[in-house]
Formats: sequence, structure tokens, C-alpha cells
Amino acid sequence: METRQIRFRVKRQNNADSAPYWEEFEIPYKPQHNVISLLMEVRRNPVTRDGRATTPVVWEASCLEEVCGACTMVVNGHVRQACTALVDKLEQPITLEPMTKFPVVRDLMVDRSKMFEALKKARTWIPIDGTYDLGPGPRISPETQEFAYALSRCMTCGCCLEVCPQYNERSSFMGAATMAQVVLFNLHPTGLMNKHERLDVMMGEGGIADCGNAQNCVEVCPKEIPLTTAIAELGRQTTIKAFKDLLWR
Amino acid sequence: MADQRLIVVGGGLAGLMATIRIAEMGVPVDLFSVVPVKRSHSVCAQGGINAAVNWKGEGDTPWEHFDDSIYGGDFLANQPPVKAMCEAAPGIIFLLDRMGVTFNRTREGLLDFRRFGGTKHHRTAFAGATTGQQLLYALDEQVRRYEAADLVQKYEGWEFLSLILDETGRCRGLTALNQRTMQVHPFLGGAVMLATGGPGIIFGKSTNSQVNTGTAAGAAYQQGVCYANGEFIQVHPTAIPGEDKLRLISESVRGEGGRVWTYRDGKPWYFLEEWYPAYGNLVPRDIATRAIFKVVFELALGVNGEPMVYLDVTHIDKATLDRKLGGVLEIYEKFMGDDPRKIPMKIFPGMHYSMGGLWVDFDHMTNVPGLFAAGEVDYQYHGANRLGANSLLSCIYSGQIAGPTMVRFAHAQSANGHAQAAAEQETKRQEELFARLRKLDGPENVYVLAKELGEWMTANVTVIRDNQKLRETDNKILELMERWRSLGLHDQAGWANQELSFVRQLWNMLELARVITLGALRRDESRGAHYKPAFPDRDDVRFLKTTKARWTSDGPAFSYEDVDTSLITPRPRKYDTEKTAA
Repeated sequence: METRQIRFRVKRQNNADSAPYWEEFEIPYKPQHNVISLLMEVRRNPVTRDGRATTPVVWEASCLEEVCGACTMVVNGHVRQACTALVDKLEQPITLEPMTKFPVVRDLMVDRSKMFEALKKARTWIPIDGTYDLGPGPRISPETQEFAYALSRCMTCGCCLEVCPQYNERSSFMGAATMAQVVLFNLHPTGLMNKHERLDVMMGEGGIADCGNAQNCVEVCPKEIPLTTAIAELGRQTTIKAFKDLLWR
Repeated sequence: MADQRLIVVGGGLAGLMATIRIAEMGVPVDLFSVVPVKRSHSVCAQGGINAAVNWKGEGDTPWEHFDDSIYGGDFLANQPPVKAMCEAAPGIIFLLDRMGVTFNRTREGLLDFRRFGGTKHHRTAFAGATTGQQLLYALDEQVRRYEAADLVQKYEGWEFLSLILDETGRCRGLTALNQRTMQVHPFLGGAVMLATGGPGIIFGKSTNSQVNTGTAAGAAYQQGVCYANGEFIQVHPTAIPGEDKLRLISESVRGEGGRVWTYRDGKPWYFLEEWYPAYGNLVPRDIATRAIFKVVFELALGVNGEPMVYLDVTHIDKATLDRKLGGVLEIYEKFMGDDPRKIPMKIFPGMHYSMGGLWVDFDHMTNVPGLFAAGEVDYQYHGANRLGANSLLSCIYSGQIAGPTMVRFAHAQSANGHAQAAAEQETKRQEELFARLRKLDGPENVYVLAKELGEWMTANVTVIRDNQKLRETDNKILELMERWRSLGLHDQAGWANQELSFVRQLWNMLELARVITLGALRRDESRGAHYKPAFPDRDDVRFLKTTKARWTSDGPAFSYEDVDTSLITPRPRKYDTEKTAA
């Protein structure tokens, strides 16, 4: 009897400047495999399907519970986290590719530092006075908390940028993830106090004006963050601010 | 020395909190992390963070929190720092609240609190079922603010290799590996903190993240830093087994009313509720884990004869589940395919947390002057068993107090000792080590060795411990150390070479595995998470002591230190009846 096998192909690349190439692997079937455990099997026996010795595939991974965002890659043409990509739900041969909108470091590992830079630029934090014991924070209704929590689950994984027609390696567009964070911090009673600083950034280069409203982002967000709702809200806030800026100039 | 930078290794809750505190004092910080700090393991904590604010009018107090923690830890923790942590807890929750953490709210707009294991009080603040993630993000944002102000320099994608120790034995900095260029670089600083998390990957599959190898602690240990209570390993009762890892199903599921059961004589049997009427499903983790082991292995009553029991929330309404447990139920649904709102979850215990870690004094300095430790990598707060929702607290608290202590330490030092010479020497030592590793061309595969280590550690050094098996496990570790010398490197690349990194890490893991295993072998008693059927009782005369392991070339040398029990007299720990007053 022929034993059942899992076949998958990996798009590999030695560094940012070298040409990509494909390698195919095959391992015995087990019911609970996900893409991560396939790559782990290859690590323990780095041999291609045609029996050629190769190097272990390089990829990023940390929590494997879809809360850290590290293992994001393109699986069968769709950007997602590899940890929740269960083999039983994937058509074979499974294809694994690095995200295309970020520079490849090696194999499936890409450099997403631009996203963290965008958060820095957008000033997405509460400027607290200090870490001393200054009593409780402001009261917040459960409804506001629920919306804030939905926005706050963003892992900075980059799925929304991968599918955004306005975003590429060279563009300055900060993208849906950062815009949603601005809305999150403008929602908080303390964050509201310096709302204008964040809106100024969003009205500048790489801000909301670059959004083409394709709405792909909300489709692929693994945490189902209401990204288009957030972008619409940001649009409202920036419009009001632009109007006020004009009046009070 | 006031102009000197301080160094923090690890960007989880402890490392970030320390960084914020140091930067807030105007002192610049170099922050090292193997992953972008926002992807640190703290994100995995689900259920919540404890603070006795008594907002449910149950008569809760920080002293009661302190007593629950000491009792839950079977009296092995030094008491003064635990008391200080419990007293600081409400202030920490308020600070996080001010930072904008999206904690769940009551109708009045106040913070909501839920119940957790090992207590009778609603003491746990939470943000959905991804509390750790939400806390980490809040601290990440504050650190980014200091990064924008040029007080924090992040080194993400850099791996800690070793301490730079001057001729007086003081820690003056570290060497780190750039994980892309694979080059070794020295960094000097007024003080160094390791906040590098737990060692779960030593057990192969655990609830820990892939970055939790314990390599930094293992390296520091080999340079003379004491490792304390290594044998105390928490196995979480409710995890879901997978090919790549064990995924945690949070204790908050039971805190919100989830029930554990299996079939007996064709009917559901709620064994925790029957055996522990006072606490029911909310007994501490070590108790619940051993109960599930008994049901599955002794009584052979696992679901479908397999090693699993049910964790059931189907009696709770969907709106409550989605609001309070959405994130954790979503994990189960994504990985197992069943909707836990409709079908009881199938769970089994999994290695989760190390109570042990680098020995630190009450100010969080290790036995090496200038080297500090905070978070899961230290041993300070949890004794023989950690209570749920105390880990986020201890991470933040330890970072909070260690940061300023580091600043004070650095300011008080004179420039004795030759840091630059020590840095050059240590860098050379690390470069030579890597040069040797690059030449490895034997038959063994590093990931295969790691898998074998994990299987042995999980089988013999987790829930049930037997001296003969512990001896066999140590022999196995020695065998793996021998085989490590015949490793072959498949990847010769000088760029982003993960295999080369892991070869070095595995050695450090093996060194720590011996500390854990031999510490367990020597402790002939049962206390908290450490359970030996041959020695079923707690033995305060011989073992109310902190285990301290020090590296020697012949293996770990153990010594034992008295525990500070100055505040609460040790008493028997039982969960079938109400806790007696302290």
C-alpha cells in the first residue's frame, strides 16, 4: 500500500539581491500537520523530494498561536500566518512564498521594520506623565472598550499591506494597520488630548490621502480588525481637522 | 559613570518595563531582542493579571493575594518580595490602565475582574482573552515613544551570546550576534539585565514560543551565574496537543465557569469538583494537572481511551463567551476545527512555565555584580508553583523595580576594571567558538537532537518524577552532549543562518536541562509542581530551601539556601477544604 504523503513547494532566496528558486519537499502524512510542522520536518531532514541534500528553510516564527504575527507568509497564494495553515485544509502541492511587499531577508523571512517605523511616525501611544502611582485611568464604556480591543489586536503582521494596491517596497504609504492604530489612540480619553499630532501625520506624506479604498485589507486581516470602518473614521477626523485648520489659520 | 548606557536583553513585559523605567530617569538604554519586541512571548498570556483591588466587595486585600501566592507556591518563595509585589499590584493595573490597555469594563466603566485558580476572589483584570498581548503592546508603545526621543536604541534580530566580565568579576556588557550578518559584536554598559523568558523549548513541545530556548540563561549560568529552583516546572492542565507545539487553553476558561470532566459509567464525571469541593475547577495548576494524569493513566478514563479530558463551556451563553473568552476559543476553533461554544474542548496538560530561573537578590541582581534578571528568567516570585495571572504581574513588577536599581548601581560604580580589554577578549572567544561550529561536519542533525531532548524531558521531568528515570534522563543528556560534538552543519551560509545559531543554543539548553533534571533528582520530597510518588509529602525540614546550581566542568554543583518565611508560617497546603487563615 502506498503511504500517504504531503507535498509542498518552497520559494527560496539566499538574500535580498539573489534570484529566487523553488524547492519541492515530500513528507509522510500526519493528521495534525500545519505549515510550521512541515518546515520543522524539513529541518530535521533537509532533503528535497528528488533526494537532493539542501539547507533548512529559513522562516520567522514565535508564538504559533496567531497572536505574534511573526510567521506571516504567502500560503497557496494567500497571505496569512503559517501556524494556522492546517495541512488538511490546503490543496497540494502546498506552495510557500515570502511576502512580496517587503524586502526578503532569506527564504520566507522578510523585513517588516518599515511598519514599526510607521507606528513611530504616527505617534501611536498614550503620552503618560510617568510610571508612578497616579491612580486609575479614565472610565471607559464597555462598548468603547469592545471597539478599542478589536483595533488593539493588530499584530503588525503586514497582511493588509501585502494585498494593498497602493503599497509597495518603495511607497511611503503607512497603510491600514497604522491608520487603525491612530483611530485607536484617538479613541482613548487621554489619547484624545493629542489627537491633532496624529492627525497631522495622517494628513501628510504616506497618510490617508494615499488610501485607494480598495478594501482588500479588511478581507485578509487574520484578526478581523474593522479596518475599513477605522479608515472611514480617520477620514472623518482628518476632514474635520482640515476644515478647522483652514478656519483658524 | 552617569553618562553610561544600560543594557536590557529581552523585549517581553519585564524587559520593556525595565526599559521604560530607566529611560524615564533620562538614562539611555540599548534593548536587545531576537524578535521584534512586539512579537515577544508575553503575547501568549491569555487570562489576565492579578491585583487585589476588592472592586467586587469580597474583602480581598493585598495580604490575601500575598497569602494565596505563598500558599499556592507551597511556601518555597522568599516572602518579602512576594508581599511587595502584591502590594504594588493595584498600582500596576492602574498604570497599565493609564497607558491605554483595553481592559474589559463593567457597566460603570470601571475595570472588570474575573476569578482565577488558587483563590476565592475576583482578582484578575483582563483584556478579552489576549491580556498578555494587550499589556505587551501598551509597553511596546511606551518604549517606542522613548525610541522616538532617542533614549532607547533597539537591537531587534540580535541574539545574546555571553556576558563581558572584567577582571574583578563585574558584568560590564555583553556580546551579541547579528542574526543576519552572523557577526559577533561587543556592547558595554553600566549594568546588564537579562529578561529573556523561560526555557520551554528544552521540553520540545510546550506552550512556550519558539524563542523560549533558555539559551541566554544557559550561557550566563556557564559564566558563573547561579540558577535557582530549576526543578520547578509548571505543567498547565489545559493545553491542546499539536505537531509543532502545545497550545494553551487559558485558565480563564475555568475562571468564567468552564468545567473539566470525563465519562465514567457512561455519565459525565466532574472529578475536580468531586475531589476538591472547596475550589472545584479552580484548583491551582499542579493540582489540576495531577488529577487529570490520575484520571487518564491510573483510572484509564481518558476520552475515547486517549490521553485527554473535556473542558466544557457549552453551558455558558455565547455572548458572554465571545466577550470574555473570544480569543482563546478562537484558537481552539482554528486549530481543532470544532466550535467550543457547541462541543466540549478536548485538552491535556502541557509544559508551560519555569518557576525556577537565575538566582537574584531582592533588588533583582544576580550573584554577578552588574548583572540583573527579571521576568520568567528569574526565580523570585512563584515558589514551587505559580498561580495563574501572577506571571504578567511578576514580569512587570520585577522590571519596574530592577530598572531603577540598575541605574543606581551604575551610578555608584567607579571605573575600576578594564572593560575594553574584557570586551575584546570575550568577542574573540565567541568568534573562535563560531569558527569551530562552522566546521562541524559530523552525522548528527541539531534539530533531531533537540527533539530527543524534548521527548526525554517531557516524559521524565514534568508531572511525575522517579529517581531512576531522572538518572537515566541525565545520562541521556550527557549522551546528547557527546553527540552534539558530532553534529553536521547543513547550512554554511554567512547570512541569516538559523541552524548555526541553534547549534550554539542547543548546547546551552543541554546545560540547563541537567540543572533541571539533577535538581529534581536531589529533591526527595513533593512540593508544588515537583511530585515524586516515592516521596509523596512535603519535607520542610530537609527541603524548605532554595536550590542553587552553579556551573562546574563536572556538571552542576548544588547548594541549598534557607527560604525567608518571616511573614507567614508554613502550613499544609490543601484544596479540598477552605484555606485556613494565615
